[in-house]
Amino acid sequence: MEKFLELMTEALERDTGTVQADDVFREYPEWDSLAHLTVISLIDEEYGMVIPRDEFGKMQTLAEVYQYISSNSQQ
Amino acid sequence: MSYLNYEQVGILGLAAAVPRNVYHNLTDNDYFSLEDTKAIVEKIGIYERRIAPEGMCASDLCRAAAEKLFADLAVDRNEIDVLIFISQTPDYRTPGSGIILQDWLGLPKTCAAYDVNLGCSGFIYGLSLAFGFAKQDGVRKVLLLNGETRSKAYSFKDRKTGFLFADAGSACLVSKGTAFGESHFLLESFGSMHDYIMIKAGGSRCPSSLKTIKERAFPDGSIRSDEQGVMDGSGVFEFSITEVPRQVRQMLKITNREMDSIDFVVLHQANAFMNDHLIRKLKAPVSKAPTSLEKFGNTSSVSIPLTMVTQLGEELGVSKSLLLSGFGVGLSVATAQFDTPGMKISDLEEI
Repeated sequence: MEKFLELMTEALERDTGTVQADDVFREYPEWDSLAHLTVISLIDEEYGMVIPRDEFGKMQTLAEVYQYISSNSQQ
Repeated sequence: MSYLNYEQVGILGLAAAVPRNVYHNLTDNDYFSLEDTKAIVEKIGIYERRIAPEGMCASDLCRAAAEKLFADLAVDRNEIDVLIFISQTPDYRTPGSGIILQDWLGLPKTCAAYDVNLGCSGFIYGLSLAFGFAKQDGVRKVLLLNGETRSKAYSFKDRKTGFLFADAGSACLVSKGTAFGESHFLLESFGSMHDYIMIKAGGSRCPSSLKTIKERAFPDGSIRSDEQGVMDGSGVFEFSITEVPRQVRQMLKITNREMDSIDFVVLHQANAFMNDHLIRKLKAPVSKAPTSLEKFGNTSSVSIPLTMVTQLGEELGVSKSLLLSGFGVGLSVATAQFDTPGMKISDLEEI
């Protein structure tokens, strides 16, 4: 989880420690179409997975994103 | 799965043309703030685009490319039995531009000529068609033209598309020849995603009207009309980073090749963020994966031949192993793998 949050901090270009598991990520002022692309890209590179868009659209918090990755990761 | 393979047919030469007119992404767009512009431009890696002036069409760019190719290869125009023009920006709704180009280029009346409507996968689809025709006993040479004035199809005030697209045309001459080895094509369609990249109005389902030409504002600050292209950027990105590496791996398996044995991997030039991701995922060394995005942007089906002309040039004059992959509008993905004994690459034509 810690590594995932670091990754999201990098993707969203936020200050260290300002990204928490329960944050509703779409409410970050940094969240836009470019940030979305970066998140997809980093998840693919780190976990080898592209989260189906229908699933991703339902997710509110980073904890939910991480939960999905953990349950579906083949690694 | 549509898998095609041929032997003893290949590319004799390739030429490309762009408008002289240069648009500078960082400084010429006064709709977005400098900060927004910089963030977008750095992400997509497109700094300059060639934009056709009013009155210059995709067909004009292809004509210039074809004339250059004919001159460089000393082509006998009477030997061209098929002309294929691939574009989504033809001159007219009717007739197709391919048939007009038959006349402009002085090709004989015995030449078959027609248009194909395809986007970013269109060069590979076009090659697969051209190779198929050229294998016929009754066909000597095939001229494949890919042309786009993509810059005209999108709003410059659209955050997702306003910095990406540019104009260009290419001409590729295909023929039989004992020097050509095997060539392989994988072609796939994902029509359920047809609205990921789309121009909704202006066709038969939604004809042009006062309503369709009206510009509207969207929540992200973009402004466009229904006559202009709309793109689901994240959807296309997810699609491409999933399907392109899968298809390329499938191709390498079919041809029993490793990435190490391929000299150049030429991908459709979508944007640097997407292309860099794909190159890393394909584990292709950057030195083997040329890009023309910085100076020529995304020219849809012309981007692969334009990259070969501007970035590889004489490198392709001698024997090389190539892997080409185009992906986008459709959505559609196509990959080709063949070894060229060497082809004539003309210098870039500017008009």
